[in-house]
Amino acid sequence: MAETSTEGSGTGGGAIEALSLVPKAEARQSMKDFKSDQEVRWCPGCGDYAILAAVQGFMPELGLAKENIVFVSGIGCSSRFPYYMDTYGMHSIHGRAPAIATGLATSRRDLSVWVVTGDGDALSIGGNHLIHALRRNINLKILLFNNRIYGLTKGQYSPTSEVGKITKSTPMGSLDAPFNPVSLAVGAEASFVARTVDSDRKHLTEVLRQAAAHPGTALIEIYQNCNIFNDGAFEVLKDRQQAEEAVIRLEHGKPIRFGDGGTSRSSEAESGRGSRGVVRDELTGDLKVVTVTEENEARVLVHDAHSPSPTTAFALSRLADPDTLHHTPIGVFRSVERPVYDTQMAEQLDTAIEQFGKGDLSALLAGGDTWTVVG
Amino acid sequence: MTSQVSSPAEQADEAVLGELKEQRNPAGTKGVRRLDRVIIRFAGDSGDGMQLTGDRFTSETASFGNDLSTLPNFPAEIRAPAGTLPGVSSFQLHFADHDILTPGDAPNVLVAMNPAALKANIGDVPRGAEIIVNTDEFTKRAMQKVGYATSPLDDGSLDGFSVHPVPLTTLTVEALKEFDLTRKEAERSKNMFALGLLSWMYHRPTEGTEKFLKGKFAKKPDIAAANIAAFRAGWNFGETTEDFAVSYEVAPASTAFPVGTYRNISGNLALSYGLVAASRQADLPLYLGSYPITPASDILHELSKHKNFGVRTFQAEDEIAGIGAALGAAFGGSLAVTTTSGPGVALKSETIGLAVSLELPLLVIDIQRGGPSTGLPTKTEQADLLQAMFGRNGEAPVPVVAPRTPADCFGAAIEAARIALTYRTPVFLLSDGYLANGSEPWRIPELDELPDLTVQFAQGPNHALDDGSEVFWPYKRDPQTLARPWAIPGTPGLEHRIGGIEKQDGTGNISYDPANHDFMVRTRQAKIDGIDVPDVEVDDPDGARTLVLGWGSTYGPITAAVRRLRAAGESIAQAHLRHLNPFPRNLGTVLKRYEKVVIPEMNLGQLATLVRAKYLVDAHSYNQVNGMPFKAEQLAKALKEAIDG
Repeated sequence: MAETSTEGSGTGGGAIEALSLVPKAEARQSMKDFKSDQEVRWCPGCGDYAILAAVQGFMPELGLAKENIVFVSGIGCSSRFPYYMDTYGMHSIHGRAPAIATGLATSRRDLSVWVVTGDGDALSIGGNHLIHALRRNINLKILLFNNRIYGLTKGQYSPTSEVGKITKSTPMGSLDAPFNPVSLAVGAEASFVARTVDSDRKHLTEVLRQAAAHPGTALIEIYQNCNIFNDGAFEVLKDRQQAEEAVIRLEHGKPIRFGDGGTSRSSEAESGRGSRGVVRDELTGDLKVVTVTEENEARVLVHDAHSPSPTTAFALSRLADPDTLHHTPIGVFRSVERPVYDTQMAEQLDTAIEQFGKGDLSALLAGGDTWTVVG
Repeated sequence: MTSQVSSPAEQADEAVLGELKEQRNPAGTKGVRRLDRVIIRFAGDSGDGMQLTGDRFTSETASFGNDLSTLPNFPAEIRAPAGTLPGVSSFQLHFADHDILTPGDAPNVLVAMNPAALKANIGDVPRGAEIIVNTDEFTKRAMQKVGYATSPLDDGSLDGFSVHPVPLTTLTVEALKEFDLTRKEAERSKNMFALGLLSWMYHRPTEGTEKFLKGKFAKKPDIAAANIAAFRAGWNFGETTEDFAVSYEVAPASTAFPVGTYRNISGNLALSYGLVAASRQADLPLYLGSYPITPASDILHELSKHKNFGVRTFQAEDEIAGIGAALGAAFGGSLAVTTTSGPGVALKSETIGLAVSLELPLLVIDIQRGGPSTGLPTKTEQADLLQAMFGRNGEAPVPVVAPRTPADCFGAAIEAARIALTYRTPVFLLSDGYLANGSEPWRIPELDELPDLTVQFAQGPNHALDDGSEVFWPYKRDPQTLARPWAIPGTPGLEHRIGGIEKQDGTGNISYDPANHDFMVRTRQAKIDGIDVPDVEVDDPDGARTLVLGWGSTYGPITAAVRRLRAAGESIAQAHLRHLNPFPRNLGTVLKRYEKVVIPEMNLGQLATLVRAKYLVDAHSYNQVNGMPFKAEQLAKALKEAIDG
């Protein structure tokens, strides 16, 4: 981890509208306020440690009363996460965390509810719950740790593993075409979709920041290294040299350019520069990567995460080669406002009371045709 | 029907009509006969509106003050092919001037809207009963469709019945000729014509139906007027035509009911109201996570109408998400409920196990239907008892409560909520298709009769460590109930994590310690075993040697059968279980008092299996799994054989 500057401390933003119903912390919080007393039991060197540290470091910035924060997880290595956060938490069952979190978030709008899940948990056994949480736009922040392997069951291929992957259950190579989680989320009407990498704490924190501020469901795919069963799966995105060609940093309002320093991880790095760029293919409407020249520079796509149409976000999600991970965009693909389910659910309750008055049980029970028997 | 099992209270069906003295109706010229009870069955195509017709006749009957019991019976297909046997939909109503228990074994009156309806139902109709047929539908083609080679109206096969051939369709169309309707539209009102005719025959009040039609078709006043016209035409037809020489009176059941205000209510409606009432009594918001499934969906529909009670209903993407959302809401402090039927329970099993492990209150409502698999979606069965008891991995005990009648669903829902909230556990409520759709009069309770269900959330630390520091232990139990504290998010200082992995006693931290697991398994079982449930009551007026034991919706038929037997001089004791897990404390003692124990069930002996295993009692099963409730006569016969055997 290169940065230390985001080591958490904060007094609370308080200005984030999406969290306006969540009570604020009374005192200044620090990262250690979010560390539980439980021993962390991931394998030494697991990417999960970096993500845990980044989340614990980021939380004080939100400044929320920590008793109003809940982490809900499913099953898998990543799903042990709630035990290590000193907030309320539930380690539930395989794939069901979005469903359980939906019940919690829709019944308690004063809570900040986070879901921690993995590629198997969210995209295989729990795929149905994930897509429905996204389309409903419930106020949930979903952290999808994608290591492209099953870790807790000791190394079978996952729904994001590359075709042909040799694993314990696929000695001759897996036959499954993988899901692209960002494409899936965009297709499932997600209002906020982002991708980041476990080891890039600054980027991860910035994505968390934007997700927290987003009203509705936010899906964050976090590429996470499993150093035991799929070590180096994202090395091409992390190795400084290779990242030049592999990583495309998305930033709203900036031209989508990378290469030659554009993806450098030094503090001066910024997007919008670089020798390569993404342009729209005028014949097909699809996106493609070109070498930026004076002639085509004006055609380089300017990233618009707020575009009402998901078309370009989807096209961006398809740029990456699933095998080599070349041209992998990271950052916020899509961030649009649309009605939030739990807000609307609460509004319907208010409307019902306005229309019919507060429920009167006696009147309800005595409704319909009645008759009286006298003694 | 043998004579030794008839009684004044629950008479042989075929003996009812015609034995009572004829009177002159002061208002008209026709004779009026007084009956103590009547069973009517309306039968037609699934698109003929038979359920609506039955519902309206039931409402009229309820507001008149008869005791009543209903049995809707319809196919799973929304519009099965017209005129076919599988497409027949029927509605049976039993009403009386006294206390009755079942929708009746055999109809005294069958209304058959087409040949299929006649053919599908005639087998249930005893000789001598009245049959009203819609002759317009008895075309050669329609009769051939259901295998009538000759017309049953002409070939003498209905000779033993009192048949009223009525061209219902023609009469309806004729009555509506002043309206600007196509023939097809006018024909649709023929069920209202039939309702009008039957309402005349049985002196039913009509204001309610007219008001209902105006409300139902408020946006289409022409259709409302046409239906009312057809309804009145049916009434007038009865009054004027010579074919109907007499009408019948069934006096209000004034002495059968305790003092109070009554309404007619179906099981699913009573259950929904019970949930709303439990929410109020617990002072917790109600949260329903559900996925549509027959025959449970009506609860979702009903609760979705009561948002002004703070009720949240969430129609999930599947059964698993339905219970998942409910469990999430329970964690957040709601009175959480999921509703389903047997196949849905199968899908929810893993989450029920999680709720057992998390020890959070959660109501799992199973409106049982015919199984296995998709089975018979619209028919009743009580074959999910063992699924409710044992259908989970590991030792995962769950309390089970079962209502006995449609109206009892109200109290059973409150009782299930009491157990869930007091003991912090998922609770099964096992209703069934018969209770769900059947209806009966219900004495509306006063709110102060309802139990107090208020709960205390954890507010602060509950444990002192050796060093004196105060901490919160999420699995430190109440010594009486063994319930753990319910600490909801938003409570400062009580931040804690729970999950499906085994927990250390007290702290709730992950623990793989063998002795701890053994202790926790036993403790979870002890908590359920220790639930306080009322003793089972035994009805045994004359020291019988045989006990009939039932549970759930067999209460009506069993009680009716017991009445018949006793009226015939037999001696039999009756007990009925509302609590299936844990069983009432006195059940073992009760069972051992009798030489013979008979357990009738709409399954292959699930309660009998539990009873035999737990009490080592040689209980005999009497089983029926045909998708329909027991008939009283048939049960009486079986019980008589048990007594004699």
